[in-house]
Amino acid sequence: MEIFTLVVLLLDATLRVATPLILAALGGLFSERAGVVDIGLEGKMLGAAFAAAATASVTGSAWLGLCMGIGVSMTLAMIHAFACVTHRGDHVVSGVAINILVAGLTVTLGIAWFERGGQTPDLYNPDPYTGIELPGTAVTTEDAIRMVVDADPDDRLRTPRQVEQAIAGGDVEMAAQVEALTREPTPVIGWILGGVQDFANGFVDFVREERFTGITLPLADTVAHVPVIGLIYSELISGHNILVYFALLAVPITAWVVYRSRFGLRLRAVGENPAAVDTAGISVTWMRYKALMITGFLCGIAGTYLSTAHNASFVRDMTAGKGFLALAALIFAKWRPIPVLLACLLFGFLEAIEARLQGTPINLLGLTFTIPVQFIQALPYILTVVLLAGFIGKAIAPKAIGTPYVKER
Amino acid sequence: MSKFGRPSDIPLWANFVLVPLINLTLAFMVSGLVVLAIGENPIEAVGWLLRGAFGNQEFIGYTLYYTTNLIFTGLAVAVAFHCGLFNIGGEGQAYIGGLGVGLVCLYLDFLPFGLIVPVAILGGALFGAAWAYVPAYLQATRGSHIVITTIMFNFIAASLMVYLMVNVLIRPGQQSPESRPFDENATLWSMHEMLGWVGIEIARSPLNASFLWALICGFLVYLFIWRTRWGYEIRTAGQNQRAAVYGGISPARNIVLAVSISGALAGFVGLNEIMGVQQRLLLNFTAGYGFTGIAVALMGRNHPVGIVLAALLFGALYQGGAELAFEIPTITRDMVVVIQGLVILFAGALENMLRPQIESLFRRGGPADANAQAE
Repeated sequence: MEIFTLVVLLLDATLRVATPLILAALGGLFSERAGVVDIGLEGKMLGAAFAAAATASVTGSAWLGLCMGIGVSMTLAMIHAFACVTHRGDHVVSGVAINILVAGLTVTLGIAWFERGGQTPDLYNPDPYTGIELPGTAVTTEDAIRMVVDADPDDRLRTPRQVEQAIAGGDVEMAAQVEALTREPTPVIGWILGGVQDFANGFVDFVREERFTGITLPLADTVAHVPVIGLIYSELISGHNILVYFALLAVPITAWVVYRSRFGLRLRAVGENPAAVDTAGISVTWMRYKALMITGFLCGIAGTYLSTAHNASFVRDMTAGKGFLALAALIFAKWRPIPVLLACLLFGFLEAIEARLQGTPINLLGLTFTIPVQFIQALPYILTVVLLAGFIGKAIAPKAIGTPYVKER
Repeated sequence: MSKFGRPSDIPLWANFVLVPLINLTLAFMVSGLVVLAIGENPIEAVGWLLRGAFGNQEFIGYTLYYTTNLIFTGLAVAVAFHCGLFNIGGEGQAYIGGLGVGLVCLYLDFLPFGLIVPVAILGGALFGAAWAYVPAYLQATRGSHIVITTIMFNFIAASLMVYLMVNVLIRPGQQSPESRPFDENATLWSMHEMLGWVGIEIARSPLNASFLWALICGFLVYLFIWRTRWGYEIRTAGQNQRAAVYGGISPARNIVLAVSISGALAGFVGLNEIMGVQQRLLLNFTAGYGFTGIAVALMGRNHPVGIVLAALLFGALYQGGAELAFEIPTITRDMVVVIQGLVILFAGALENMLRPQIESLFRRGGPADANAQAE
């Protein structure tokens, strides 16, 4: 494969893998900037992944799944807040408790509800919706064939493929039927209405989907053949599901909230010097609760992404350490939003490259060697330890992190 | 910052018996609700659980076999707690400790049996301690937060073990990543063999001599923490670093000491699992015992006696849970993981929730406090 295509595909995979890390790490950023250690990112993601997949498979709506995922994750975040902020419990112990509790609960409930050994039923998306038809729009051969299948009185024809085979096999009557249904769009008005119709049908698909699928951005197919830019736009930028775009959008929003808003100033102050915030008449407790709500919200989306977008069902222990990887990325980024994005992309890139390498020998400067897959898997963790040890810059945590605030009486 | 199992205003027996019991009751009540939610009868489930854990000799053997692992990991967490540190890396240290035991059994099996057991114990301890040493050293000298580094080391240990088992230690010509079986010489006696020598017949089970070593370790930890200068220094450094420095005690040295011992104790899981039961090296033999050790230490209030009892409780839950899954298929062993999480939540994270109520219960009517109030 051409090296450029390879790189683009690798970056595309990177983005997909990095999305849950970005969301969870940003969630952790809000919590830890407010002074609450959150080991429980993993548990919140896992809980959300299960809730989202279970809800989506029962109701058939990925959006309801998303709501449920966020709800469960926020509930877990509130348990964390209740233990750490209200009752001044140990943050790490509380996080560990949530991780273990969720690991057990998701499988227990999954087995009891779905009887598939802890897995949820696979999510399928229905065929593309075509119910909205406007006058004057184009009817392509494909559309016409589908209409023939739908209108078949004896219900013998079930797939468009059968019609195509029949025509190819010399069924003149069928060919005429399709021909009659095909039409060119009426100039101008037909083109406009055609656009409206596609958008409306697409919107219906978007709302009623059972799992989140890729969105083709405008003109992606048109420019796909343009060299360099075409591939970058159609493969790398277009075609992701909405949660990926949300994750990317969440980075600048977080940066703005944390550094430019009043809420962000208070958030950072609560993590650095809660007594000062208290003196200013702002409730430390309420600030930390609010921060954890945001953490729960973002981890909920991260978990939902795993089970209803990246995969099509929940399987036991599906986060598999992603929450801790996000935590590592957060520390690696020294608790700052833009570096969080870069760290998550780096970790995601390592995972994407690892899937592609799989022990293939590398030829570099005349030396042929294989990098063990396990080494690449462990690399994010090794890098984080090295960073924490202060060998590459110094990771300085928010000053009041992990310490409960006791209001002076 | 609150310390686990810290001395409080309530009598000792309440701190060591009443508080854990209340926490356990709460955890079981919530678990009961979960059982109800999946449409089963919690009382019936508890019945099967108890029968599965203690119903016959074989079941008891299994219960004590699980207990062995949990005593090791529980003690590991507790020793670090006494120095004010949270060693969350028991899982990785147990994994690498098992590697140490396995390497001894694989490559030093020419040694006579009398010698190979202490060497294997040493191997497990050294490897486990080495895996804990790095995070401890970084915490002590460079202030890297030990919770994060030990988590990272769990993942690094997992990758390292997969690499070693797949590429180095695998038995040639075999698909699954397992080493060759150990020689007869390099395995631990099982309990039914040992009791057979003195004429007591018991059912076969994985229970082996490492259970006795676990009890000995419990006693040694007690002596070390409360009866030696090192233990005193560790506890001082854990309670108040500044006071420790003032008293001429180096917190850094004690952090390294406590966490290394913690890692060595976790490493002994390998003794039970690798040398005692599996009798070959393989992947994933730690099966979450390192994390359960956190619940065990919290339940046992960081005291060896409490830890042995809490380990027995969780051992019974592990074994009873396995049998329960046979009887009621909708309740699998993952239910035990739920209970474990709830115990950590109530006994650890929410330990301050009921404390004021319990304390006031004892304050009211207590003669000393009545006098104090009268003044």
